Amino acid sequence: MGKTLAEKILSLKSHGDAKAGDVVIAGVDLAFVQDTTGPLTIRQFKESGFEALAKPQQAVVFLDHAAPSPAQQLSNDHILLRRFAEETDCHIYDVGEGICHQLVAENFANPGDIIVGADSHTVTAGALGAFATGMGSSDIAVALALGKTWFRVPESFLIELNGAFPRGVYAKDLVLYLIGQIGADGANYRALEFRGEALARMTMSQRLTIANMAVEAGAKVGLFPADKITRDFLREHGRGDKYRPLSPDASANYEQVIPVNLSQLEPMLSLPHAVDNVRPVAQVKGVKIQQAFIGTCTNGRLEDIAVAGEILKGKKRHPGTRLLIAPASRQVLIQAMEKDYIQSLIEAGAIILPPGCAACLGLHQGVLGDGEVCLSTANRNFKGRMGNPEAMIYLASPATAAASVMKGEITDPREFV
Amino acid sequence: MPDLVLKGKAIKLGDHVSTDDIIPGRFAHLRSNLPELAKHVLEDAAPEFASKVKALSVAGGGKAILVAGRNLGLGSSREHAPMVIKMSGVDAILAKSAARIFFRNAINQGMPVLLCDTDKIGDGDELEINVIDGKIANLTSGITLSCGKMPPIMSAILKEGGLIPYIQKHKDFKPQKHY
Repeated sequence: MGKTLAEKILSLKSHGDAKAGDVVIAGVDLAFVQDTTGPLTIRQFKESGFEALAKPQQAVVFLDHAAPSPAQQLSNDHILLRRFAEETDCHIYDVGEGICHQLVAENFANPGDIIVGADSHTVTAGALGAFATGMGSSDIAVALALGKTWFRVPESFLIELNGAFPRGVYAKDLVLYLIGQIGADGANYRALEFRGEALARMTMSQRLTIANMAVEAGAKVGLFPADKITRDFLREHGRGDKYRPLSPDASANYEQVIPVNLSQLEPMLSLPHAVDNVRPVAQVKGVKIQQAFIGTCTNGRLEDIAVAGEILKGKKRHPGTRLLIAPASRQVLIQAMEKDYIQSLIEAGAIILPPGCAACLGLHQGVLGDGEVCLSTANRNFKGRMGNPEAMIYLASPATAAASVMKGEITDPREFV
Repeated sequence: MPDLVLKGKAIKLGDHVSTDDIIPGRFAHLRSNLPELAKHVLEDAAPEFASKVKALSVAGGGKAILVAGRNLGLGSSREHAPMVIKMSGVDAILAKSAARIFFRNAINQGMPVLLCDTDKIGDGDELEINVIDGKIANLTSGITLSCGKMPPIMSAILKEGGLIPYIQKHKDFKPQKHY
């Protein structure tokens, strides 16, 4: 029997023959924390009696969730994290550099790597063919100290992607559609593995959006093969030498095969308060919104800001709405400025937030009021997610967000692209 | 060390209780102050939860067992979620299914989690649980439930009271054949 991508990577890294259902101990190529999970990780690391990191150059502290900090307690957590990075000689990306998952993609993730992060959206790096998964603080403390962790080798679902996105339909619409099909727990403990002729036209930015949301179907990892697009992305980011082709064996065993014809998709939305509460935008349009939020590890990249910038160029946000834009990294912000997307967005009435998680998790920079509706390009719309359990969050693509903020209500972006 | 054979009362929750329900992100500034953070456990989603757990311990009614539906703990990797449940006085968790990071985090905190058909358990039912054998006796209804077994490495971590005590003792992950 051939191997899935998950089995291949875990076999390689555990120096054995890993099959779905096995438990393996494997070396990790990158372990990281962010500022809301890192302080606990540090306390557990010290409580365990550890002093040094197994691989300081393969460990990173990111300050992105409260960036810049809105509260003294979080500022003090930042001090603790900066001190830890200095003591252990690991990498640190301070406030304003960007979101951990975007920075991992830009600077660290390579095909065949094992990446563990104290953040559930660590799965994002699966776009580059890395076995990347989120864990809690205890697990990351031990992974930092020992340079390894244990994994149960997941069963895989094969997502077979064919066709091309119609006008106004994007990677976000595909992944929302998929989560609606699979359900929020339908892929619990599984790997989602993507394959099919559509991948040849699917940019790294789109792959990152899709892999990012694998966890919203319960999956442990969302894995793309490593191909020419992966190679080009690595070259652009100075890591061409890290490229290696990676694909599953033809005779690999999948628990389920889910075919999707991209050509038949339409703009999709997640309705409050569950990510798998998915419907076509066409069925929901007309719902009034007070805030649109374009950013996050799901949709804060240059391609996303470009779509919004082009739709809103020469236009205005609807009176009574707020438009928040948070680029996923400093590099994204610089590129978006060079291309004048930021100029167009500011002229359309946008507020540009610093690179980071911004309004996504309800800490700062766009907390919603009672009864308010936000159309967000993030990955979660749980009750209370954006800081107020009395608010409503709809999830959609940057195009849908841009079209909707222009009309002040949920709008099908195909009217404007 | 957690009690691996225990008797207590069920406190029921519904399906898809997320980590944002258990401890909302707006309290992230309290994450380095766990006793203060724990006061907000399930504050929006199940406001009566904390007082129910407390009433059990005050009444000497035995252990508190959180009994959830599908996909308990979906969402964030915040280990603070099982920590605040534990700090509220819960001694074991039963669920129909659990999100993987939450499940692993709970075990790493020395909190037993067993997966079974929790529709067969009512709020306030008297339960007797054997964590390692994966058996639950519902003393109220007389029904016995069986659970799938967790991987041996997880039961080894649980027996030591969590991942940190496990690593303090063994200094490394022990190969599985040692169990």
